[in-house]
Amino acid sequence: MNMTDTIKHHLTPEILMAYSAGTLPEAFSLIVATHVSMCDVCRAELDSYDAVGGVVMEDAVTADVSSDALSSTMKLIAASDTAPKAPRRSTGTLPSPLQDYVGGDLSAIKWKPLGMGVKQVILSTSKAATARLLYIPAGAAVPDHGHQGTEMTLVLQGAFVDEEDRFARGDVEVANEDMEHTPIADMGEDCICLAVTDAPLKFNALIPRIAQRFLRI
Amino acid sequence: MAHVGVSEFGPCTKYSVLHSHLDLTTSTTGQDKTEVNKTNKDWTAQIYAIRDAQDQAAFAELFAHFAPRVKGFLIKSGADASLAEECTQEVMATLWRKAHMFDPSRASASTWIFTIARNRKIDALRKQRRPEPEDLPWGPEAEPDQAEAIGLKQETEQLAFAIKELPEKQRILIEQAYFGDLSHSEIAEITGLPLGTIKSRIRLALERLRHAMK
Ligand SMILES: [Zn+2]
Repeated sequence: MNMTDTIKHHLTPEILMAYSAGTLPEAFSLIVATHVSMCDVCRAELDSYDAVGGVVMEDAVTADVSSDALSSTMKLIAASDTAPKAPRRSTGTLPSPLQDYVGGDLSAIKWKPLGMGVKQVILSTSKAATARLLYIPAGAAVPDHGHQGTEMTLVLQGAFVDEEDRFARGDVEVANEDMEHTPIADMGEDCICLAVTDAPLKFNALIPRIAQRFLRI
Repeated sequence: MAHVGVSEFGPCTKYSVLHSHLDLTTSTTGQDKTEVNKTNKDWTAQIYAIRDAQDQAAFAELFAHFAPRVKGFLIKSGADASLAEECTQEVMATLWRKAHMFDPSRASASTWIFTIARNRKIDALRKQRRPEPEDLPWGPEAEPDQAEAIGLKQETEQLAFAIKELPEKQRILIEQAYFGDLSHSEIAEITGLPLGTIKSRIRLALERLRHAMK
């Protein structure tokens, strides 16, 4: 699932460092793990932040373990299955971390229609942030969904274009709440994205963007 | 457009306070390195001995060094003493089970053990699933060469030294980030870390690995 050579838009340093520290909400960890599965640039940067974590742990105040800790650990080892497992790697469209949440590849996604050919499914994560898959027909606009805070979108199939750039498979767009943009799916292929927001999701019905702007919803 | 490229550690006013100190790190002298060497043992031989020969003596050595550090890290992260003790034993058992996945060209022993401890912490303390990236290829074909592993060890030592040399206030912020006391927006203030060239070294190791397994 290595797409490193074609990816142009990457994760931010603070998101990678927070993932390394283990402090991100689950939904953001999912988008990081999915992008890193496709991108060795971000994997190398993440490994570097893990090295910082290693230094912090190495230099931290130590705590004495119980006198029988080593023998208890040897018992744990003896009781567990130590046969090496095959590497966990996807050959489908969705990288492994995402397949774990979907329960399979694209064909396993249980889409819910939102109207105008747009579909979504919300993935089950902790409540602090929301992860969902979005299906946007070729040429259609990505529906607005009234987010606050940070929204990250990772393209899994097809591509979308907005005022600034084009985002294709593996690319991540990081948007803050005051960003005004109108992404439109490429004509060539229907677009599938993983979108993560840190506020609870608001949109239920699909309202055309122009009306939404006009009404200031 | 609010996307940020990965390599944007360069001069940026927001990070400049931290950055002005970081540039000093490139001038690490030979004497300084020797000092770091004393405290940073290379544990690769012990981990390979567990992987290849289920060597319990090698494991006991690793345990004596790392178990109190893992436990200290978990307590600092908010675990009480009995939970930290239980998790530490599980982390050390995981080290044994996953010894075949240790790659000294991509991570030092302390880096690798940190990732195992962090994952256990998320599971036990935050009660969340931890989505993990896909595994990299591993196997005899992907065995790293020694020069790469030595290079990474040196990079990691320089990183440790650079962090030690930071003003105390900034060092404490980094520790807080890893003990789980900073949100990701607070972390944005300290991403100008002294990563130096460790990133590009790991990147090369990944390229070699991908190439070897084609
Ligand atoms: Zn990337």
